[in-house]
Amino acid sequence: MKFLGTLFTVCLILISGCSPKIDSSKVVTVWHWMTDREPAFKELAKRYEAKTGIKVNFELYAPSDAYSQKVRSAVQGANLPDIFGILGEKRDFSSFVKAGFVLDLTPYMLENNAKWKNSFFVKALAVNEFTDGNSYGVKTGIYGVPVDIMTIQMVYNKSLFKQLGLNPNHPPQTFDELLEIGRKISATNRGGPAKDYGGKAANLQGFVSGWSELWMIDCFASNYAFNIMGKDKIIATIKGQVPYTDPDWIKVLSIFRQMRESGILIEGLVTMINKTAEQLFANGKAVFAFNGSWCVNVYQRMNPELDYAAFLPPKTSDSYPMSIWGGAGSSFVVNARSKNKQEAVNFLKWLTELNQQAYLSRVTNNLPANRECLDKVPPILAQFSRAMDNATHPNAWGVSEFPIVIEAFDKGVQAIILREKTPEQVAFEVQKVKERELFKKRQ
Amino acid sequence: MKIRAIAEDYLFVLPAVTIFVIFYVIPFVWVFKLSLFNWDGILPSKTFVALANFKEIIFHDPSWWQSMRNAGYITLIALTFQNALAFLLAWACDRQIRLKHFYRAVFFIPPILSEIVVGMVWRFIVNDVDGANMVNRALVTMGMGQFAHSWLNDPKFVLTTVAIIHSWKGFGWGFLIFLAGLQTIPREFYEAARVDGVNAWQSFKNITMPLMMPVIMLVAILTVLGTMQAFALILGLVGGEFAGHTSVPVLRILAVMRDSSRFGYACAMGINLGIILVAVSFVINMLARRARNWA
Amino acid sequence: MSIYHKAKKTTINTLIHLFLLAVAITCIYPLLWMVASSFKTQETIFSDISIIPRHLHFENYYLAVSNSDFGRYFLNSTIYTVSVVFGIVVVSSMAAYAFSRLRFPGRNILFIIFIAAMMIPMPGGFVPLYVLLNKLHLRDTAFGYILAMISMGLATSIFILKTFFDKMPKELEDAARIDGCSKLGIWWHVAIPFAKPALAVVVVFNALNVWNEYVLALIIFDSKNLMPLQRALMMFRGEFLTNYPLLMAGLTITALPIIIVYIFMQKYIVKGVASSVLG
Repeated sequence: MKFLGTLFTVCLILISGCSPKIDSSKVVTVWHWMTDREPAFKELAKRYEAKTGIKVNFELYAPSDAYSQKVRSAVQGANLPDIFGILGEKRDFSSFVKAGFVLDLTPYMLENNAKWKNSFFVKALAVNEFTDGNSYGVKTGIYGVPVDIMTIQMVYNKSLFKQLGLNPNHPPQTFDELLEIGRKISATNRGGPAKDYGGKAANLQGFVSGWSELWMIDCFASNYAFNIMGKDKIIATIKGQVPYTDPDWIKVLSIFRQMRESGILIEGLVTMINKTAEQLFANGKAVFAFNGSWCVNVYQRMNPELDYAAFLPPKTSDSYPMSIWGGAGSSFVVNARSKNKQEAVNFLKWLTELNQQAYLSRVTNNLPANRECLDKVPPILAQFSRAMDNATHPNAWGVSEFPIVIEAFDKGVQAIILREKTPEQVAFEVQKVKERELFKKRQ
Repeated sequence: MKIRAIAEDYLFVLPAVTIFVIFYVIPFVWVFKLSLFNWDGILPSKTFVALANFKEIIFHDPSWWQSMRNAGYITLIALTFQNALAFLLAWACDRQIRLKHFYRAVFFIPPILSEIVVGMVWRFIVNDVDGANMVNRALVTMGMGQFAHSWLNDPKFVLTTVAIIHSWKGFGWGFLIFLAGLQTIPREFYEAARVDGVNAWQSFKNITMPLMMPVIMLVAILTVLGTMQAFALILGLVGGEFAGHTSVPVLRILAVMRDSSRFGYACAMGINLGIILVAVSFVINMLARRARNWA
Repeated sequence: MSIYHKAKKTTINTLIHLFLLAVAITCIYPLLWMVASSFKTQETIFSDISIIPRHLHFENYYLAVSNSDFGRYFLNSTIYTVSVVFGIVVVSSMAAYAFSRLRFPGRNILFIIFIAAMMIPMPGGFVPLYVLLNKLHLRDTAFGYILAMISMGLATSIFILKTFFDKMPKELEDAARIDGCSKLGIWWHVAIPFAKPALAVVVVFNALNVWNEYVLALIIFDSKNLMPLQRALMMFRGEFLTNYPLLMAGLTITALPIIIVYIFMQKYIVKGVASSVLG
């Protein structure tokens, strides 16, 4: 007790000794959650200070879940920094705008014949844009600056392709080809998942991904929904004009059953976090992975020797083109109530200029948001960047599905993979949730 | 004079009540207020919906009740398996046996370890793909290969596996509190009993158990609270709700807050869980009292 | 004692030891695994599954400590933990003693409110707490964080201590009263020594909670130099790539102080009250 008391006194003294309050007038503070980009940001801030004399403070709050909570709390106390990032759906973004914490950047974007605006990939800006008559009721404009972009698609291991007797330069072009390779892989494992536990965990796996995270399932399903029914019908579904029990949606859900039946899916796919999936793919234990462009950095660090390439998820139908998710990887917004608005905008302008973008891309292996520096990035990154032509993103659709419906859909897919439900059952259940939400909204 | 005595009594609880009211009761009232609103957690405007959130939770949210059932199942295993283990170990370590200091130190390792480590190590122990599945290897070696399973990937087993690992992680607390409780039983009681020719089992039944009843109740209630609100270990082990098979209330609340931005609804979920926990603790308390009167 | 009894006793003791050992092994293994992993590299951590790695990479510890203000965070966490635990021990033992032993009006209802509060999960509570601290100008201060953490551990600690005070023999108190002790004197000279084992539990319980707390700290602190140790660990768990050896080294260092606190506190549990109070 006495010991504790002494310690306590010492602590009191230590606390009173440290209350640093810096004059924050000409310091631009940035909050972000990107652990992997922290050193690069710090370096860029240093260069900016050397150039302009304005100090930029990058404050990292990770992991992203906690960061998201912090930003939302800060809204309630009006303590947001000059520049910050918003994690969440477009709906959340719109709330930040409506709460008056996000500066409309359109005037800056359009200065000098829209020089700033035109330096970005159109689709990277779309995520940060609210278009005319958007369903969120936000004034038309561009509200965020993309720092980098990302696309999510499939990758395959070339060496394993060779080992399986396949042409390492020809990834599957159709969904049936993919399933065929899946059957081939599970055949080499003789009778599917190993029942021999004598250290045969080294069995070759077909397809890995972090499908314990629902949004990755959503992303995969959305790709095939675009391929099967096209964008208009998807939007119509979200608006409640087409039911999820439509044959096309059942086709989308059946994709997962077909994959499971072919034996291409790794056992335990739905409990797998993406970090595990990345480990398996990087260590040559899986032939295919479904992953975002950030994986270039991850694979590079885990296994620099890995020989792989990216490709679009193979088509199952010829009716519509395959469309993957892509857009701004991470974006920054400027606090509309900040005293340093102009300085903040100036810094973001500088940050998205050619040189800084090339630097960020080189150091962090992320795809630059500035399209002018595409030729400065390594081939595998360029491969991911090129897929931007096929990219779309829910945040750019102008309408959002009810989160609870998305959740029901994704959990339904997990159940299909687990052999617990048929696609028809899932479609029926999702539609039930949808109708309840629509009913509630009409009230 | 009497008033002075009462005032003096109040001084004992005053610091606790002050801190508690400012930092707990006020935020709680706030949470309660929010639970009556439809609010996304960002916008300055909220819509008053009265008890609609609660109505939806109770009548239209099967995934919430599934998470309750899952947590209930884990709690049941923790209450029985975990606490019986903790009590047995504490009892064994309270006796004059060799190495008891070693055991006492070792049994508290699991609570100290971070959920990340526990998740990684146990995944390694029981999983196939990214682990060695030592459990199955052991089963095969012992000639019981037919009992080998994919413990974390099979929906039929995953919740039980999680519950057992949770119990393993948590028994150290029960052990510690039981041990503290056993230590407050004066040795003289046992010695007097031995002089009277009472055997070990009878002195356990007639001295240890009745005197330990309040402590057992304490541990039971702490177990219920701890287990019903657990989630970090589940994230470490299976990375999420596993199509609902491992969803638990706190994971649901976090998911609703993060993915759906329904802050008011999440607050209502928290209160709903709180009410259930209060009710369960009340029942445990009553049962314990009845058991004591009975004995 | 007859040979039969002796043999029986040995058998029972052997069985008890076997049981204890089996549980002990499952407890030690993850600890060893963590320590062993902290000496491996990112490449060997999943391929080399041996408990004693072939090459010991001590530099992980150096990197973990020199990376990100580890020392600063360590000091912060120490300050928070000691302050919070000290606060909780004093405040909760007084309150628990009053709830258990003093007869003032409203004590039952107050106690029930405390216990009920313990049961409402906090996830939704962070935002109101944030707003409150902001209004009190305690946000982004160590003091505010410490008070908030004290309030979080209070209810459970009171509950634990009250259970033990309830078990205290009345004769102990009476003897002290006859000696002329005031209520405060009885609390200090009789109740606290009696509840030493329970206090040890309370110390360990709260120390572990504060030491591992992260989310509240992240939400209310803007200044990096107020952040606790867990932040350093989060840095090793990147958004996309976890640096496992550094993380394990960090976790090992983080676990050490708690192990020391536990072993130190165990002394009080082991001694028990039989000798100190009743003897």
